[in-house]
Amino acid sequence: MSELVNKQQAAVALAGDTFSEQRDPHHHPPHVAHHFESAEQQFSSAKIGMWVFLATELLMFGGLFCAYSVYRHNHPEVFEFAHTFLDKNLGAINTVILIASSFTMALGVRMAQIGNRKGLTICLILTLLGGLGFMVIKSIEYRAKYEHHLWFGAGNQYSKLYNGPRPHEGPIQQHSDTPALTHGEREQAAVAHQMAATTLPTQTFGPAFIDPNAGTGDEAKIKPNQVMPVGLAPAIMAQQAAIEHGGFKDAAGHTDSHHKIAFEDLPQSEKDRVATFFNIYFLMTGLHGLHVLIGMGLITWVMIRGMAGAFGPLYYTPVDLVGLYWHLVDLIWIFLFPLLYLIH
Amino acid sequence: MSAITPPAHGIGMPVTHDPHPPGDNYLTHGRGIMSWLFTLDHKRIGLMYMAGVLASFFVGGVFAMLLRTELLTPGPTFSSNKTAAWNFYNHAFTLHGAVMVFLFIIPAIPAILGNFILPIMLGAKDVAFPRLNLGSLWCWIGGAVFFGYVLLGGILNASFGWHLPGGYGLDTGWTFYTPYSSGQVGVGGTPYQHGTDGTIAALLGVFVLGFSSILTGVNFIATIHMLRPKGMGWFRMPLFLWALYATAVIQILATPVLAITGLLLLAERIVGVGIFDPHLGGDPVLYQHFFWFYSHPAVYIMILPAMGVISEVMSTHSRKHIFGYNFIAYSSIAIALLSFLVWGHHMFATGQSPLSNAIFSLLTFSVAVPSAIKVFNWVSTMYRGDIRFSTAMVCALSFLVLFTFGGLTGLFLGALSTDIHVTGTYFIVAHFHYVMVGSVLFAFLAGLYHWWPKMFGRMTNLFWGNVGAIVLLIGFNLTFFVQFIAGSKGMPRRYATYPTEFQSYHVISTIGAYVMAVGLFTIAFNLLHGMIKGKRAPANPWGANTLEWHCPSPPPHDNFPVEPVAGDPYDLKSWQWDEATQQWVLDEERAKTVAGTEPTTHHH
Repeated sequence: MSELVNKQQAAVALAGDTFSEQRDPHHHPPHVAHHFESAEQQFSSAKIGMWVFLATELLMFGGLFCAYSVYRHNHPEVFEFAHTFLDKNLGAINTVILIASSFTMALGVRMAQIGNRKGLTICLILTLLGGLGFMVIKSIEYRAKYEHHLWFGAGNQYSKLYNGPRPHEGPIQQHSDTPALTHGEREQAAVAHQMAATTLPTQTFGPAFIDPNAGTGDEAKIKPNQVMPVGLAPAIMAQQAAIEHGGFKDAAGHTDSHHKIAFEDLPQSEKDRVATFFNIYFLMTGLHGLHVLIGMGLITWVMIRGMAGAFGPLYYTPVDLVGLYWHLVDLIWIFLFPLLYLIH
Repeated sequence: MSAITPPAHGIGMPVTHDPHPPGDNYLTHGRGIMSWLFTLDHKRIGLMYMAGVLASFFVGGVFAMLLRTELLTPGPTFSSNKTAAWNFYNHAFTLHGAVMVFLFIIPAIPAILGNFILPIMLGAKDVAFPRLNLGSLWCWIGGAVFFGYVLLGGILNASFGWHLPGGYGLDTGWTFYTPYSSGQVGVGGTPYQHGTDGTIAALLGVFVLGFSSILTGVNFIATIHMLRPKGMGWFRMPLFLWALYATAVIQILATPVLAITGLLLLAERIVGVGIFDPHLGGDPVLYQHFFWFYSHPAVYIMILPAMGVISEVMSTHSRKHIFGYNFIAYSSIAIALLSFLVWGHHMFATGQSPLSNAIFSLLTFSVAVPSAIKVFNWVSTMYRGDIRFSTAMVCALSFLVLFTFGGLTGLFLGALSTDIHVTGTYFIVAHFHYVMVGSVLFAFLAGLYHWWPKMFGRMTNLFWGNVGAIVLLIGFNLTFFVQFIAGSKGMPRRYATYPTEFQSYHVISTIGAYVMAVGLFTIAFNLLHGMIKGKRAPANPWGANTLEWHCPSPPPHDNFPVEPVAGDPYDLKSWQWDEATQQWVLDEERAKTVAGTEPTTHHH
């Protein structure tokens, strides 16, 4: 035991974590700060502090989950349609990778507790590799989104923020958007078609369709401009049916049995709606990805300290706390994956 | 040497050798600017917060004077050019609000008084995480730098017509409501025009300041859980600590939502991810929900610690055990929890459904219950007490009156029908100034006067302190009481001009604002004079029994050489005034007896 304490002292000094101020040499181990009575008290304080911090993280992501709920509630059909542009397989692989990395992290904490320095290093390297793998796959997905113009902001040639010349519309655009009609008329016509096609109630199209409170005192002051269902416009439905029954016909009448409806094929109005989903997608996965990177940085720091022998049965607080953080990051992904990739 | 027996070393514990040479205290322990900027001592961190926060208070106050001066007449005051004058007014009220809320009033009591007093009240050497505490201070400084940039940009632009990158000035209102803060996207995909407003810099500032608040909250929760001394169960904690604990709960649960709101708005402004801008598929009302989910609880981040200060001051300066300890403690927690359920009352007129309005109205009324419980208990504490009109007590009594006004007018606003009538008028302005200035500022001053002798080891001049407090009280009521009337008659807030029939209200209000400035300068000089030239303070100038009065004034570097044992924090009767030595002296036998009994069933 005393050898272990010596090692810890050396490691603590090496890591620059000296608590030089007002250290009481009589009964305080080197890693216990002067204002704590004992190592146990310090450890418990650190744990409480970390859990409280994790609560702030949850609330921070809570804002995003709340935004997700609001937009999904407002545009259920947008979410259902738009999520098909995500790659479920890559998402599932990433989920497995993160869960596995949580396991190696937990094992790492155990290794620190029993003072197995080599085991700790191996576990942390595996965890780091998990984080790295996750980020690589995520970047592959992001790249695909960028290439298909599902990206956000001015870099996306279909975005309202895009400054350059407008790209030509896809083939379905030519079917569904009659040039003679204005944008508003097209929307009305499409909604009317859909109403007829789905034989929904006898409700007529008008302000009340957009806002049930229209005409009353409770009418919304700010109208969303994207209240129309997405991905279900009759022309697109016809194309989708055509794909399922043998082949896709483009504007010139050529048949392509392997063609799937791509983002580029959608009319501009529906591209805008799909972007609503992807705005949320990028915000959620982006903030999560940032947390994965921070977690990887913390794991690297703990690993370096661990390799220097800083941790053992008497002191493994940083490993424990970084582990908690990593599990939270993992947990958030476990919610993100079904919410974004597996919508029904 | 002090004639006080040092119960710092514990009621019923042997007095141990004090390792500190006489005269060595936290102020003299370590010299040079670096020993302050990078200190881990909670007391020095508290004082540095005080310097920064009070400087911000001054800046916010200057803007208040400017905008009240502009409102003296319906016409433009600071420029013959109307557009320039109105534009200046928009910037002035925005920066007044943003600086006062984010830089002054949110950190005022927790970061200054909390940091200084909390560990000493617990008999601890420091907060649980001293480095995080320093980090919190530096986050505050970082946030202040961003706001300083916005401010500097505004001044340079107004004076020389220079345009700092990232905007000059801020004119969205302190709430950063979208679409004011969304920037303009022209039809046909015109890119963002960042224009004249410093929204991005200010939001970054708010984000960083949020971390400062979160870190303080994390620290206080861990410290109160883990570092309570022997003899201090949860229900033996001074009520200031209950209040700070409840505040910390709000800080850690609400502030992250402000952080994500700011991040989302930044993401929209900087890279164009649509979330609040309808043009990009966003929902501007969602911003209001997010913002008030933080900013309503933030009102309680301001008022809860103020209430904690009042509990301490009321009991001590009435020389009477606090009345209804459990009720005050529980009501702090109740307010903290209810604070999360009332944000919708800021959106009664923003297209919320009638059902949500009714629910939020009901929940808003429920906050009145714990608030009233506190007021009744403070009044009962004073009843048949031996009230001393120290400056702290004068401020606390002012608090009581002003908080009652502010709280009761809050019920007008919680009621749906009256709220629709007065929403967006000066009635709202008057209401929240009664709560945020009348209540929180006076409680903050009460706390400063109460603990000033502990902080600097010197007393303040009683006469001039009281004069300052009373002038401030008069000025405050002159300024804001007429605003209730103007508002109920339809004077809208945030307008630089008004119909002439409102001018008499505005003139009275502006004169009141100048009177407030006189009162505040009197108080500032009184405090500074006390700090430098005041009479030497004994360890316990008020005869209070919370642990900070058991350690010397000013406290030594690590507060208590040996962890003290806590008794009943409101056992004031064990401290008797000794005419011979002109000191409060502890009757140790009595204190031990009281400490052995249940704290809240013991009556005096």
